[in-house]
Amino acid sequence: MQDFGEAVGMAVSLVASGDGDLIEIVLLSLRVSLTATALSCVVGLLLGAVLAVTRFRGRQAVIVAVNALMGLPPVVVGLLVYLHLSRAGPLGFLGLLYTPTAMIIAQTLLITPIVTALSRQVLEDLHSEYAEQFRSFCLSRGQIVRALLWDARYSLLTVALAGFGRAIAEVGAVIIVGGNIDHLTRVMTTAIALETSKGDLALALALGLVLMAIALAVNVVVQGVRLTAVRHAYA
Amino acid sequence: MRTRQTVLATAIALVALALPAHAKDGAILVQSTTSTANSGLYDYLLPMFQDKTGIRVNVVAVGTGQAIKNATNCDGDVLLVHAKPAEEAFVAEGGGVARTDLMYNDFVIVGPADDPAGVGGMTDVEAALDKIAGSGALFASRGDDSGTHKKERALWAEAGIDPTTASGGWYRETGSGMGATLNTGIGMGAYVMTDRATWISFANKQDYEIQVQGDEDLFNQYGVILVNPEKCPSVNAEGGQAFIDWLLSAEGQAAIADYRVAEQQLFFPNAPQ
Amino acid sequence: MAAPAAASGPSLVPLKVRGLGLALGGKQLISGLDLTIGGQGITMVMGPNGAGKSLLLRLLHGLIAPSAGRICWGGHPMSASVTRRQALVFQKPVLLRRSVAANVDFVLRARKGDARQRDALLDRVGLSDKAGQAARLLSGGEQQRVALARALATGPEVLLLDEPTASLDPTSVHLFESIIRDTARQGVRVIFVSHDVGQARRMADDVVFLHRGRVVEHKPAKGFFDQPDTELARAHLAGRLVM
Repeated sequence: MQDFGEAVGMAVSLVASGDGDLIEIVLLSLRVSLTATALSCVVGLLLGAVLAVTRFRGRQAVIVAVNALMGLPPVVVGLLVYLHLSRAGPLGFLGLLYTPTAMIIAQTLLITPIVTALSRQVLEDLHSEYAEQFRSFCLSRGQIVRALLWDARYSLLTVALAGFGRAIAEVGAVIIVGGNIDHLTRVMTTAIALETSKGDLALALALGLVLMAIALAVNVVVQGVRLTAVRHAYA
Repeated sequence: MRTRQTVLATAIALVALALPAHAKDGAILVQSTTSTANSGLYDYLLPMFQDKTGIRVNVVAVGTGQAIKNATNCDGDVLLVHAKPAEEAFVAEGGGVARTDLMYNDFVIVGPADDPAGVGGMTDVEAALDKIAGSGALFASRGDDSGTHKKERALWAEAGIDPTTASGGWYRETGSGMGATLNTGIGMGAYVMTDRATWISFANKQDYEIQVQGDEDLFNQYGVILVNPEKCPSVNAEGGQAFIDWLLSAEGQAAIADYRVAEQQLFFPNAPQ
Repeated sequence: MAAPAAASGPSLVPLKVRGLGLALGGKQLISGLDLTIGGQGITMVMGPNGAGKSLLLRLLHGLIAPSAGRICWGGHPMSASVTRRQALVFQKPVLLRRSVAANVDFVLRARKGDARQRDALLDRVGLSDKAGQAARLLSGGEQQRVALARALATGPEVLLLDEPTASLDPTSVHLFESIIRDTARQGVRVIFVSHDVGQARRMADDVVFLHRGRVVEHKPAKGFFDQPDTELARAHLAGRLVM
C-alpha cells in the first residue's frame, strides 16, 4: 500500500498546482456527465411519470425491462453507440464519433433507465397517496404528472444523483465512443485507465481521488439544496 | 409564463452543451496502438507537427486489431500500427492507400527477478518459449488480437507449441492492452512479451527484468497507412497525407530517433529514403 | 368568493339513487340502496362502522363505480362532469408538499378558477396568516381547513365530507363546523358523513341512517333525533349499536 500514501500526496499537489490539463479533464468530465444527467432526466422523469400514473397491457413487462436495463453494461452501450456513430454506421454522416457529444449520447443511454426506473418508483409511491384526491379534483393526466414531478422534486434530485454517479464513474462507454483523445475526449475515468495501463498506479489513484472529491462536491451541493428545502418543510 | 421560459432556456442550454464544442477544424484522427501512445511518443511528436503545419492530430490508442477494424469502418484518417501482414491485407482490401515502413523497435520477454523458468540471458526466443512452456511457469498473453498478440502467436507457432491448450493453466490470456497485461502479469508472477518502448516507459515494474532479448525474430516493425479516401469520403486525405509525409521526412525521422525515455531510445526510424 | 351552486346549468339536486349495489372482493358491501336528497342544507349520513357511509360518498362522487343501480344528480347520470361540480374532503387531508397558498393555487389553476380567489378562500377558512407556511407542518385542524379551502376553490355545487373532523380537537371541530354551516347557507348542498352523534345533532337538516349497506331511515333532523322509526337508529343514538 505504499502507493496509497503517495497517491494522496499526489492528488493534493495536483489539485493545489491547478494543473491546466487536469482542469481541462475535470471540466470535460463534468460537462459530459452533467449534460447526460440532465438529458436523461428530461426523458427518464417523463417516462417514469407516465409509467407511474398509467395502466396499460404489458406495463409490468415494461417495468421489469426498465429495471433490468439499470444493469446495462457501459461497454455494451459504448459498442451500440459506436456501431451507430461509426462512419460505417447509420448515423456516421453526423461525424460525431470521438467527440464529447458521442460521450454524452452514450452516458445518456446508460443512465436513462436508472432515472426512469427509480423515478417511476418514487412517483408511483407518491401517486398512491395522491391518486384519490387527484381524481376528486378531476385532473388531467398532464396535470397529475406535473404535480407529481413537482411534489417529488427533492426525492427526484436523489434519483438524478444516482444517474450522475453512474455516469461520472463509468469508463467502458466513453473510452469506446470518445477514444480517450488528449485535449478532446479525455475525461477523468479514461485518464485513470490510461495511467493504469502505463503502470503509473500512484498517478491513476491520485486522479481517482480527485474524481471522488468531485463526485463528493456535487453530492454535497445537492444535499445542501435538499436540506434547505426540508428545513423549509416542503419535502 | 415564467416556467415555460425557464424550460425553454434549459433545453437550449442542454442542446448547446451536447453539441460539438467546435466544428471540424481540419484536425486528423490517427488510429494507433497502445504501445506508441503509452510510451509518450505522440506527446513528443505531435506538438512539433502541429507547430509546423497547424494541423491538430487526435490519437485513438487501441490494439492493432481494433485500430484496423476502426479504420475499416472509416473512423480515422491515418493508421499507425505494427502487424505487417494484417496491414498489407488492409491495403489489399482497399481500406488504405499504401503502407510504408515507419520505424521499428523490438519485443522483449520480461519476467520476475528469480526467473523460475531459467530463461534469463537467452537470445533464442523460440528456445526460451519452449523452456517456459516446459517449466510450468506462468505466461501472460495479451489475447486481444493486437499487433503484439499476433507476433507472440507467430513465435509460439515457430517454436512448435500451441499454448492455447494450456489456456487458463500456465498460459493466461488477459484480453487487455499492453499496460494492463503487464500489470496483470506482474501481479501473478508471469512472463510477459512486450515491446521495448512500453517496457521502458512502464512505471510499475516492481522486481521485473528483461529476461529474453536480441533475437532478430523479435523485431517489431511499425507501418503507417493513409485510410483510403475513395472508400471513405469522410477521410481528411490532405491532412493525413501531410502527417505521413512529415513522419517519413528526414525531419520526422530525426524526431522519432530523438525521443528518449530514461536516456534510452525507444523507436528506430527506418522509412525508405 | 368561490362560485356557489347553480353556476353551470341545471342544479345537481335532487339526487336520486335507485337500487345501488357495490360488491368488492366477493363481498356485498352495499345492496339495494335507494335514496333521494333534494332541496338545500346539510344532510348528515350516519351509521355504525362498516355501514357503508364512506363507500356511499365515494359512489356519489364517482370515485368508484357501482356494481348495480343508478345514481342521478339533478337528472344527470354519474359522470366526470358531475364529479367536477362536486368536491370531497377526505377524513385524512391529502395535502401537496407545498405552502398553504400553493395548495389552493394548485386547485384554482387546475380548474381554471380565478387566481384572485385565493386570499378570500384562505380568509374564509381562517388561514390568511399561514398562507406562506408548509401545508404539511400545520396542525391537524389547520390541515383539514386547507383541504376545505381547496375543495371550495373548485366552486362546488355539492360538498361531500367524509368524517373530516374525526381526529380533530374540539376547537378545530367547532371552527370547521361553522365554516360548513356558512357554506351551506350560501347555497352549497352539503352531504356530511359522521359517526359523531353530537356533531350530527349540531349540523343536520336531515339525516340518512345507514346499516349494512342499506338506508334504514331518512328523516328531517328533528324527527330523527326525537323519534327514530327503527330500533337500529335508537340503538345507535344511544351508543349501543356496534356493527
